[in-house]
Amino acid sequence: MHALDYIDPGTPAVPRPADGAVKQVTVEIDGFTVTVPDGTSIMRAASLLGNQIPKLCATSSLKAFGSCRLCLVEIEGRKGYPASCTTTVADGMKIRTQSEKLGQLRNNVLELYLSDHPSEAECRSSNNRCELHEMAAAAGVTESRYALPAVDGVPAGCNHQHSEKDDSNPYFVFNQDACIVCSRCVRACDEVQGTFALTIEGRGFGSKVSASQSESFLESECVSCGACVEACPTTALTEKSVLALGKAESAVATTCAYCGVGCTFKAEMKGEQVIRMVPYRDGHANHGHACVKGRFAYGYATHADRITKPMIRSKITDPWREVSWDEAISYAASEFKRIQAQYGPDSVGGITSSRCTNEETFLVQKLVRAAFGNNNVDTCARVCHSPTGYGLKNTLGESAGTQEFDSVMFTDVIMLIGANPTEGHPVFASQMKRRLRQGAKLIIIDPRQIKLVRSPHIEADYHLQLKPGTNVALMNSIAHVIVTEGLAHGEYITDRCEAESWEKWKAFVSDPKNSPEAMEAVTGVPAMAVRGAARMYGSAPNGAIYYGLGVTEHSQGTTMVMAIANLAMATGNLGRVGVGVNPLRGQNNVQGSCDMGSFPHEFSGYRHVSDDAVRATFEAQWGVPLQSEPGLRIPNMFEAALDGSFRAVYIQGEDIAQSDPNTTHVTSALSAMECVVVQDLFLNETAKFAHVFFPGSSFLEKNGTFTNAERRIGRVRKVMQPLGGYEDWEVTVLLSKALGYPMDYTHPSQIMDEIALLTPTFTGVNYQKLDKLGSIQWPCNEAAPAGTPTMHIGQFVRGKGKFWVTDYVPTREKSTSRFPLLLTTGRILTQYNVGAQTRRTHNVVWHDEDRLEIHPHDADVRGILDGDWVGIASRAGETVLRAEVTDRVQPGVVYTTFHFPESGANVVTTDNSDWATNCPEYKVTAVQVVKVNQPSEWQKRYRELTERNTRIRRRAGVHA
Amino acid sequence: MHIDYLVRMANDIGAFFASEQDQGVAAASIRQHIQKFWDPRMRSRIIGYYNDTGGMDLEGPVRTAVQQLAEQTAAKA
Ligand code: SF4
Ligand code: SF4
Ligand code: FES
Repeated sequence: MHALDYIDPGTPAVPRPADGAVKQVTVEIDGFTVTVPDGTSIMRAASLLGNQIPKLCATSSLKAFGSCRLCLVEIEGRKGYPASCTTTVADGMKIRTQSEKLGQLRNNVLELYLSDHPSEAECRSSNNRCELHEMAAAAGVTESRYALPAVDGVPAGCNHQHSEKDDSNPYFVFNQDACIVCSRCVRACDEVQGTFALTIEGRGFGSKVSASQSESFLESECVSCGACVEACPTTALTEKSVLALGKAESAVATTCAYCGVGCTFKAEMKGEQVIRMVPYRDGHANHGHACVKGRFAYGYATHADRITKPMIRSKITDPWREVSWDEAISYAASEFKRIQAQYGPDSVGGITSSRCTNEETFLVQKLVRAAFGNNNVDTCARVCHSPTGYGLKNTLGESAGTQEFDSVMFTDVIMLIGANPTEGHPVFASQMKRRLRQGAKLIIIDPRQIKLVRSPHIEADYHLQLKPGTNVALMNSIAHVIVTEGLAHGEYITDRCEAESWEKWKAFVSDPKNSPEAMEAVTGVPAMAVRGAARMYGSAPNGAIYYGLGVTEHSQGTTMVMAIANLAMATGNLGRVGVGVNPLRGQNNVQGSCDMGSFPHEFSGYRHVSDDAVRATFEAQWGVPLQSEPGLRIPNMFEAALDGSFRAVYIQGEDIAQSDPNTTHVTSALSAMECVVVQDLFLNETAKFAHVFFPGSSFLEKNGTFTNAERRIGRVRKVMQPLGGYEDWEVTVLLSKALGYPMDYTHPSQIMDEIALLTPTFTGVNYQKLDKLGSIQWPCNEAAPAGTPTMHIGQFVRGKGKFWVTDYVPTREKSTSRFPLLLTTGRILTQYNVGAQTRRTHNVVWHDEDRLEIHPHDADVRGILDGDWVGIASRAGETVLRAEVTDRVQPGVVYTTFHFPESGANVVTTDNSDWATNCPEYKVTAVQVVKVNQPSEWQKRYRELTERNTRIRRRAGVHA
Repeated sequence: MHIDYLVRMANDIGAFFASEQDQGVAAASIRQHIQKFWDPRMRSRIIGYYNDTGGMDLEGPVRTAVQQLAEQTAAKA
């Protein structure tokens, strides 16, 4: 069932064309006139008048189906009783939704349904709503003339009651008894999610909903997105949490804290308890859809592992000691002060989080710059999308994606590079799949066979399966084809780009050394396929590029982002709906944390700290002098820790010991520090090296905003009190005060006001406007008071677009006889990032360990069978995982996810990094793989350390 | 800070500008990049290395870039 407070208009809104022009039609319904876009259903038009026509098989997220015949109406001058969900309005139409005849017809339908449906009391006992009983009650139908006569209380005759429930899915139950076979679930799985896991099996009376080939939901193709549950009008599909916890009393709109799609949810609450999270149909990023993480995997927020008391210890070998907030804060502050006095002002720093809110991130960087008095602040976006910021800023002028998600509905050719949306950005993937089923073309550039290469009703036109680390070589050869075959858009380029840079770039890519034929040996991609793909993108009316970490996490990450922007400019694919350069961001607030000035060299809004005028505005507002020199980036902090010039760090909501490459190096750096302060929900990997632990607050426990991959700022709303006593931003305020730099905020909205005051792209953003509009895409200022869905219209933010010469420079990480395979990393749908949240939910049913994917050929020569334990060794370290033998990877390439800390995937990744931003090269590591029968040395040490570090000495005594 | 680490980073920056024909432009771009993104202790470490060794392992225009940084610092002092 959809959200508690949602009024379902029954059919979707008419899609808005790219130019926004729609013909309007005026009709009269029960004497009231209404004007709606041409193509709107009668049902929807009536709903806009506040007249909800009875319905069962229709709902606004699905195409009208016309099967239940409950929504009949009368139209003046027309015979019969057409269904209002499938009939569209026509100018001047006069419609009646109520009459005696209509009432009779509807009651008959209702009685038929009720004759084979659990009683109202039974439905109510599930705590879920049942539209059938609601419709019946509204029509005054209480009994069915068609009910089977009961013999000894049991209906005599065939019916669908007493079937077996399917409760295999950890989050929802399917109860056939209550199913009215309206197909809403089947259609939701097809149209909304695009997985095609459900069918109606059998015919007539025997028809029933079935998952895949009569399998249980868990064993079927189902990816547990919950779209069917949301669409179901009865109690047939019900969340287990609803069954267990009861009816919700209120609904609060908030933003998902998992991935960069940033879905809007209604948190349905009973007091301070979350009954369920339902995707919100008016959410601008997700339009009522969600994935298994945001929809169901929120249980971590109240998991028993949450640390809710501050803790300190003087040495990392000591057990933790629970202390009061006062003691923890003043201890941390005194350590920072001591260390700065002893080793200089630049010996401390902070790390902001891409999982925390904009307001919290802004405060941490403010604390570093104003209270610590240096610029040693960085964010974990360093290790994922920093090249995006750098690359797009230098080519187009703004460090962000150019479109909104909905733009994909106007794209003709999608080029998807190094991203796996069905796993990493599932809700956007569903939208992309919808567009592909409408006929858009698809080019995939990825070393691995991701799901989109071939999935139900979708097949990529090209899959350029390149060798890891050769992105730039491939991109240059695509550009070569575009330029030499005359596919570049001369007029667009002359109008909008720097002529000199264009000439230089043109000469560079035209060089035969960049031709697909010449590059074939490097990339491993057949030249003909490259030419075909280049022509397809180059001649598309609207071509759009979507990319992920497979682009950025390379030694040439920034070069590749520039190469992408070059290509989009050369083909005129920027500055309107349907085109663009679209980075898919990993974590919920990667975009936001970058916007908020988390990088050591820039203030919020991407302005360099050496800019005197900008710095002056911050100095005036914050009342202290600020440094004009850039500070340390995360990898530099580690280096500086090892040489003793960096000794203390305040880390909010990040787990650098697990997420950063070359774990051994990171942990020795952390061990060298004198004061590591970790603020988090759990005792994470980094906390093993910490001296102070501040309990963090989950997204359910605080107010703030997140900014998703389309620059969309959405509200996060508090629905329960923070378990640790404070929202994360309040902890920063306390620490700052103890450091001698008081900040006086009583609500995050005041922090946003300060952000707006200091950041030109945010001047129009405030909480009131967010409440009114639902969400806002920055830039939002005087020029664009309601925000900016599409950037670079008319001209680039930079002024003229700049082409950059992007020479292919092979990575230092090469396969050799000692390390003959290339390891690349990725993620899986049900787990999220380092897994701290999702591992603490039922999502482990789908994925309970990281596996190493290896090609049958490579497995064969090593005597490795599916499921064997294998050792993976690189120049940096060694770990052990179980093998999965599959041809999703090519020979010579192995692949793993990194959701479980004990897998130690990052023990093997090296500290090679992007030349411009130091973003680590996660995506290419030369390794050897051998069959083993015991865990690696590192894993043994890891277990000891975990054992030692979870020792907490509670005030009431000693706990294990 | 380990000098090998810094030299490697500097050479990586240099590699991006390797296709720049004009060595002067390449050196200036590398220098600006280091100025904009390296924390002062990293810069002074690599300047020290240049002063001590002549920037032995710095490749092509990277050495010129670091030389310019060294001269700027000397001029300021
Ligand atoms: S949960 Fe999603 S994928 Fe699974 S059957 Fe329902 S709609 Fe389909
Ligand atoms: S994880 Fe991403 S796709 Fe899934 S519900 Fe959250 S924001 Fe949406
Ligand atoms: S709602 Fe129109 S036919 Fe079912």
